[in-house]
Order: sequence, then C-alpha cells, then structure tokens
Amino acid sequence: MSASKPSVIAPIDTASLPGKRVRLGADRPMPLDSGLDLGPFTVAYQTYGTLNADRSNAVLVCHALTGDHYVLDRHPVTGKPGWWEQMVGPGRPVDTERYFVICSNVIGGCMGSTGPAETDPATAKPYGLNFPVITIADMVRAQKLLIDHLGIEQLFAVIGGSMGGMQVLQWAVSYPEAVYAAIPIATASIHSAQNIAFHEVGRQAIMADPEWAGGDYLNQGRRPQRGLAVARMAAHITYLSETALHRKFGRNLQDRANVTYGFDADFQVESYLRHQGISFVERFDANSYLYITRAMDYFDLAADHGGALVNAFLPNGKTTPVRFCLVSFSSDWLFPTRESRAIVHALNAAAANVSFVEVETDKGHDAFLLDEPEFHQVIRGFLEGCAEHRGLTNLRRARTA
Amino acid sequence: MTVLEAPSSTRNGTGRPADIRIDLRLVADMVEPGSRLLDIGCGDGQLLYYLTHEKNVDGRGIELGMDGVHRCVKQGLSVIQGDAETDLKDYPSGAFDYVVLGQTLQAMREPRAVLEQLVRIGKHAIVSFPNFGYWRIRMQLLLQGRMPVTQRLGYQWWETPNIHFCTIADFVDLCRQCGVSIERTMILDRADRVVSHKHGRLANLLGEQAVFLLKRR
Repeated sequence: MSASKPSVIAPIDTASLPGKRVRLGADRPMPLDSGLDLGPFTVAYQTYGTLNADRSNAVLVCHALTGDHYVLDRHPVTGKPGWWEQMVGPGRPVDTERYFVICSNVIGGCMGSTGPAETDPATAKPYGLNFPVITIADMVRAQKLLIDHLGIEQLFAVIGGSMGGMQVLQWAVSYPEAVYAAIPIATASIHSAQNIAFHEVGRQAIMADPEWAGGDYLNQGRRPQRGLAVARMAAHITYLSETALHRKFGRNLQDRANVTYGFDADFQVESYLRHQGISFVERFDANSYLYITRAMDYFDLAADHGGALVNAFLPNGKTTPVRFCLVSFSSDWLFPTRESRAIVHALNAAAANVSFVEVETDKGHDAFLLDEPEFHQVIRGFLEGCAEHRGLTNLRRARTA
Repeated sequence: MTVLEAPSSTRNGTGRPADIRIDLRLVADMVEPGSRLLDIGCGDGQLLYYLTHEKNVDGRGIELGMDGVHRCVKQGLSVIQGDAETDLKDYPSGAFDYVVLGQTLQAMREPRAVLEQLVRIGKHAIVSFPNFGYWRIRMQLLLQGRMPVTQRLGYQWWETPNIHFCTIADFVDLCRQCGVSIERTMILDRADRVVSHKHGRLANLLGEQAVFLLKRR
C-alpha cells in the first residue's frame, strides 16, 4: 500500500449487476434468529442448466464468506473467471448438462442480495449498522424461500465449502426432507475459538479505520479501504498453509536483490498479501464483512440441539434421510479434518448414510476452490451414486430429447 | 484392503459386480436382499459394490486406508475413513442388519472388544479370519520351528499387521465367553472351497479360513 491516501473506490452499483433477482418476504417478513424480522428483501442469484420436468435435478451451490453467486460467470467487478469453474459446469463434477444449478448471494452480502450496503426502504439510505445481525440459519431460510419461489420441493444436492459447508449442514438439519444429498466441504459444525479470534482481528482492523465512520461510511462518501484490506490480508493467511506459502514464495525478494532496511514490501509474500488486500476492497463491502463473519462466529449446530450434534441428524427421533459426503483437506488448519470427523461421528451415531474423505494436499483451506483432481473425482462419484439412487440416470438423454 | 493380501487392483473395469472373490461371494450369500449392512475394513469396496447392485443392500463401509476410501466413494459407495477400534462405539445398537468384518479380526488391537461391538451394532455379524490351526501352519511350526508364512499369510513375523492370530477353536471359545451365538459356520480350504459347516476338531485342522454368521445371545 502506498503512503498517500488512496482514492475512494465507488461502491458497487448492485442494481446494474448481471443475474437474476427476486423480492421475497413481501407479504410476510422472514423471522431472523435475532428475533427481528426481515422483509421485503432481495435475493440475487444465478442459475445454470435446465430444470427437468419433475424438478428433481436442482443442485444448490452455497458460497463462502467472500464469495457470491457468479459460480461460472466472469465476475462483473473483477473480470476474473467464476469462482468454482473447476467444480461446476458442462462435464464438471456438478455437471450443468445434467443438473440445474442454483447459487444465490447470501443475505448480508454485497452483490445484490439485501445487506448492509443496500438501501433501507424505511430510511431510503444504506442500512449500514441498522441491518439486523444475521446467522447461517437466516441465510438458509432466505435460500429456502428462493427454492420455494422456484417451485422446487426437494433439492437433489446442496454443496459448498467453508461457510458454504456450514449452510449445507444447516440445510440438511433445517430441511431434511428438502435435501436429497448434502456435500459439506472443508467445514465444521461449530466455529472454533481460533476462527472467531481471526474474524475479530479482521473486524477490528475495519472498525479501527477512521474511514469506517461508525459504519456510516456510505452516507458520508467514505470507505474503510485500509481496514478492509488488512482484514483480508490476515484472513488470506488462514486460507493457505505454511507449506504452500513456502513453496510459492519462500523468502524470495520482490523485484530487488537485497533487503532495503525499511518497511516496503521487500518479500514476495508481503507484496502478494498487499495485492490480495487491495483487490478485495474493489469487490467487497466492509460492513458486509462484519455481518458475514459474525454469522459464521455464531454457528454452533450442536448448541441448537441440546448440546449433542447427533440430535441435529435425528429429526423427530428418526435417522435423517439425507445422504452425506464430507470432504476435508489434510493441510487445512482453519477447518481441520478433525472438525469433519466430529460431524461424521455424529452422523454415525444417528446411523445416517455418510461418506467421508480427507484429500491429501498442501494447499490449505483454499484447496476446495483449486484444481484438486482427487477431490473432484470423489464429488463426481458421490453425485453419480446419488443420481442412480434418486433415479436421475437418464438426465442427459431427457435433456437432449 | 484386507490385511491378508498385497494391495489389490481396483474393480476390473468390466462393471460386472458378479466377478468378486470367492470368499467375498460366500459372505455375500449370507446376506438377505434389501438389508442394511456395514462392511468394516471394506477395502476398495468389492463386497459393498456387489451387494448394492446385486442384492439391493443399503451398504456402508469403514476403511482405514485413504486409498481404499477414495476408490469406494468414487464408485458412489457410502464409505468413511475411520478406525473400527475407535469408531464403532459411535453407532447405535442394532443400527444394521449385518456388520461384516472380513479377514481383519486378527489385525485388531482388541479383537474381543471389536467382536462385542459387532454384535451390538449389527443384528447379525459376519466374521471371517484365517485359521492358525490349519495343518500346513501347524506343520511349519512343528517341522521348521519358524513362524508360518503361507501364500495367504505372506508376511514375515516382524512386518505382519496380524497381531492376534487365533484358531477356529480359539474363536469359538471367545464367542462363548462373549455371549455370542454362532448361527452358521463355513470352513474353507486353500482353494476357497467349503469343506465343512461345523467348527469341530477336524475343521480346525483342515480349514485354512473360516466364515461365521454370529448373533448376540
């Protein structure tokens, strides 16, 4: 970051973003975990592929903390390819020639769904901190309303990594009859103290930036870019692994032969992180970052079920009908394998149908977004097995007929 | 992978589940169609795949080795990576119609505890193991004075994962002690032919391996 004051990046004009949007909760506001109501509100979403005649081939993709619904599209702000092109698309494990893929921007987000950067109809100004605090369950409630709106009774699969995986778990627990298969990836049933701690560092970085202005920056034509960039830098380290950082950067210097005995970005890893921070602020709203990290912090599925996770998978005292496939990555220290294993143990205790694979990789938490052939083969195999059980085997023929 | 064989190749690509190892086939024949089954140490999923497709079984698996787990899940089988000795306690009692432990009992740290778990979580348990009372094994020990190494048990003593060998007579004793009743017995020779349905002295001498259908008394 240069020493001079950066120019203020204009907020994203979400009204002009590509994609679909729907107004929900108009006749009846949606109750939130906090006790407040939200409604009417907007959900921005994208769909790929074709819904079959009996509406049985829908796959909901849930995005992570800083993701959005542009799974396959070139990102309208950054111009980068869709965030999960490796996993979703024609011929990919989540094959858009077979499945009708839906992904929505979470509520509280900043890419078109109602969130702190959107206009509060009551005041005609951005919500800012007047936006109610939301939870993972609230995000899923909003997605359920979207799925109802699309006339889909049961999703063939819900899939997502990290915070997306939390939503997958919440879907399976809140609406077990509406989910045939659940694929929670690199996630946990509870947000750990260490993860809350990292989120708090990020939030404090944002709130310590004077440009945050008590959360009112949008009304004042300001933006806490420095704070948000620092938050992103800290978080980005947690998405990688020591091995991956060493492999990528080591102690290599950035465009120089020697260290400069100063605080410029001497090391490549510093330069890389600064770039990550700066490019993030173009596409993300600082208050959204506060709200969404908070939603993850509050996630504790066991606590919602009398302290025993197994109860979450025993709706009405019976084994959940949902088929699960959990995946973790060996070098992920943000959502380590033991978190997935704890979920597997609870599912076993409920005698649920579950597959679980740990993928060997040094790429850390971010591995779920990257080219990991073994991981993709597992998802493909699991989905094909489920499609067979669900009777979706002739999808390709049905679609082309 | 069972601990008796070298790493096996994956399913032979013909997609014909009918081609399974004879000893697995004998296990499969004990299973009622449409039942719910847990295969412990399911390896690359041969038995599960066969039972799922040929007998419409709701099959699950636990496998210690990640390679096997990956192969299974890629085939659409419901398999988790886990350790039978620590993970079986999670399952509720009577969760499965059958729990299968194929050629793995002798590699367990606590075979007795595992056996008790099998008959707790399964209405039936199917256990197969190599018989250390087999005459060729007895002969090796008697004539050569060395730990037996056979075609099926191809490990030297210092490398074998099989730490708790037993004979058919020993196993029958353990079942009695644990309150486990034996519903069916199959004694196999070296060519996986069934040579007896009893577990007496002769079976203990002639059987290279044994398959038992068990139930908690």
